[in-house]
Amino acid sequence: MTHLTLSVPATAPRLRFDHVSYAPRGQTLLGPLSLNLDGHRRTLVMGPNGAGKSLLMRLAHGLLQPTSGRLVWEGSAPRQAMVFQRPVLLRRSALANLEYALAVQRVPRRQRLERAREALARFGLEALARRPARVLSGGEQQRLALARAWLLSPEVLFLDEPTSALDPAAIRAVEAAIDDFHHQGVRIVMTSHDLHQARRLADEVILLHHGRLVEQSPAATFFDAPVTTEGHAFVHGELLD
Amino acid sequence: MTDSAFLTALELVIGLDADLLAIVGLSLKISLTAVAIAALLAFPMGAALALFRFPGRAPLIVALNALMGLPPVVAGLAVYLLLSRAGPLGSLGLLFTPTAMVVAQVILVLPILAALTRQKVEELHGEYAEQLASIGVSRLRRIPTLLWDARLSLITVVLAGFGRASAEVGAVMIVGGNIDGVTRVMTTAIVLETSKGNLPLALGLGIVLLALVGAINALAHLLGEATRRQLG
Repeated sequence: MTHLTLSVPATAPRLRFDHVSYAPRGQTLLGPLSLNLDGHRRTLVMGPNGAGKSLLMRLAHGLLQPTSGRLVWEGSAPRQAMVFQRPVLLRRSALANLEYALAVQRVPRRQRLERAREALARFGLEALARRPARVLSGGEQQRLALARAWLLSPEVLFLDEPTSALDPAAIRAVEAAIDDFHHQGVRIVMTSHDLHQARRLADEVILLHHGRLVEQSPAATFFDAPVTTEGHAFVHGELLD
Repeated sequence: MTDSAFLTALELVIGLDADLLAIVGLSLKISLTAVAIAALLAFPMGAALALFRFPGRAPLIVALNALMGLPPVVAGLAVYLLLSRAGPLGSLGLLFTPTAMVVAQVILVLPILAALTRQKVEELHGEYAEQLASIGVSRLRRIPTLLWDARLSLITVVLAGFGRASAEVGAVMIVGGNIDGVTRVMTTAIVLETSKGNLPLALGLGIVLLALVGAINALAHLLGEATRRQLG
């Protein structure tokens, strides 16, 4: 029997959480929850501290394995990258950090410099190429982390509170970069606890509370007429308990 | 006596005493070679121990930590037994040569470097692990990455090893034999001069040894500071 491979148009990657829970040492921190991440969208994962936002991201990205339940990518797992709240940069120059990411992907040596320089330029960092990554400002470090993610040519980009430690100008630069990814067709999944940021960026909102999925709605619905009482309270800036 | 010791040390250094220079040169050559060889082996070993989980890992780490306190005379004795005429490697004729002294010091220094490297790399990996996993760096590939990024702490690790090698006397005495002009180093010379009652010379040599170790540490410190300033 032969398998015919049909050439299907490139579809947005689709990730299904199937009764996923994460309970290290028997203590349930997340779930059980079931949800779909699909479509070419920007999903904002929201919720108070300790709601399980970061855990959800780490499970989705494969950094953590669920204690029970399954995570299934439809088709094969797409290329992914993740930007962390505090970027972890190697103790080398900005340029060397990017070249390293290319080397890991087995990009031929002679192409690395050029591609790394392109990425630096794209994120407005060309003047800082030779500077040690660790002495850059918080905003510059986060942009470097975005440039590194860019070089991984992800189909899905996870961002875990990428702007929570930044000043407004740096936040603007990071949000512009996220837009850039989005316009290039990259699926965005991002956590934030900032409602204003969510209004600016989200196509879809997932609200978590105490490790449970409370609501998953299109952004327009979530901000204007949230379906759940928790959603309503959250949008109106009330504290969830 | 202390005064005359300083005077003797000064005379030895200023006069560029040929015997002294030979002894100092040999001491440095043996200890630096031993530390270099040990570092080449211990860095990847320590990093692998930090990164890989395998059965027997915990006992291995405990053993390595315990061997940091290996008495030099015991290391010397082991190498002596290996290299003596009747020993398994006796045919090599290495006993009472500088090579034997290097071997003994490698055995002394290796556990120190490996155990400390394991500790430093594990610390750094705690910080890097998620990021490296995210960009798809294999465990094996992480070894050179983490060693390079830990280079500042590893300078200190190497210094600890060098301190051990240059200060010990038991191992080089047993396998080297303190033969004048062949295997006599600073520490064995000090022991000899002390037993002969030539205390000013012994103390003078001690002062020279201290100054040397101090100079090497200062150099490493400056190197470290320069790198730190550059890296932030």
